[in-house]
Amino acid sequence: MIAALALAAGIVVGLVFRPTVPIWLEPYLPIAVVAALDAVFGGVRARLDGIFDAKVFVVSFISNVVVAALIVFMGDKLGVGAQLSTAVVVVLGIRIFGNAAAIRRHVFRA
Amino acid sequence: MASKNEDGTTPPDVGTAEVTSRPVRRPRLAQRYRAAALIGVLTAALGFAIAVQVRANSQSDSLSNLREDDLIGILDNQNARGDRLRQQIAELEQTLRRLEGSGDRNAAAKQQAEQDAAALGVLLGTLPATGPGVAVTITDPDHKLTAEDLLDVVEELRGAGAEAIQFGPVRISTSTAFTTVGDAVAVDGTVLSAPYRVFAIADPKTLDTALNIPGGVAAATRAAGGDLVVDQQDTVTITAIRALPSPKYASPAPH
Repeated sequence: MIAALALAAGIVVGLVFRPTVPIWLEPYLPIAVVAALDAVFGGVRARLDGIFDAKVFVVSFISNVVVAALIVFMGDKLGVGAQLSTAVVVVLGIRIFGNAAAIRRHVFRA
Repeated sequence: MASKNEDGTTPPDVGTAEVTSRPVRRPRLAQRYRAAALIGVLTAALGFAIAVQVRANSQSDSLSNLREDDLIGILDNQNARGDRLRQQIAELEQTLRRLEGSGDRNAAAKQQAEQDAAALGVLLGTLPATGPGVAVTITDPDHKLTAEDLLDVVEELRGAGAEAIQFGPVRISTSTAFTTVGDAVAVDGTVLSAPYRVFAIADPKTLDTALNIPGGVAAATRAAGGDLVVDQQDTVTITAIRALPSPKYASPAPH
């Protein structure tokens, strides 16, 4: 509940204040967002499974974001930034889909 | 967002880091609040980031999302395009200079031609003329002056360098003829009667000297019982003009 409200509040704040993305953050922000979304979907699924742990959620959220950004950073340094970003997005996308499927089974019983 | 203390078994095909398998101890109330606050902050940050990213993605130009390699390619393309355009500019500027140069030459040639035409018009008698000269009055009470005498006046003026001459109402040119009509004199078919008024443009002193030379036209006129008075003027204006002669048989020979 708090998470949903905070998410909505964050979106509203972002829309209202219209900040610009700093240049150094530009390549990492999309990946970080996807990684955080993965963590959120995992958290929702764990909640529905009844095994949610706040500490695990917080740690996984932060580590997801940091690791995703690090991978993109490394890829940029190695000259395979585009490919590695795609790889990260694909993997995270698969995980999000898996979690979404589990959530769906919980919600719709199907 | 309280955590439920379930049995903690790992469900199959979980595969997510968030799903923990260890038994969860019931946290204290303060800890639960802290966790909730932390989760709220994190999800709020996520929402904020989503909004920012979506906005940046939709508003920014396509370049900001491209990677270094693509940008280098685009930059190379732009540089090549810029070089091409600069080359075009140089070529066009050269053309412009060439056209301007030829325009200047054309204008100069036109001006020269106009000056030539004006000078020729004055000499041919097709244009009015003005300048220093003399106004000559010839009286002939006895009607003794013949066409030859009057022609002598014109010849004397020509000899003294007159550039434009008007005899009575007639502009004198190269083809002017003095003829005798009855006991009067006609210039180019226009019958004149004394006193005759003659205007000539050249150095006034030279013209005066030429007309009054001993044994010259002035003396001849006085011998015939008339008189010839020369009036030197700073500005003589000759308004009589002739039609431009159009050669019927002669045409300019190629150089």
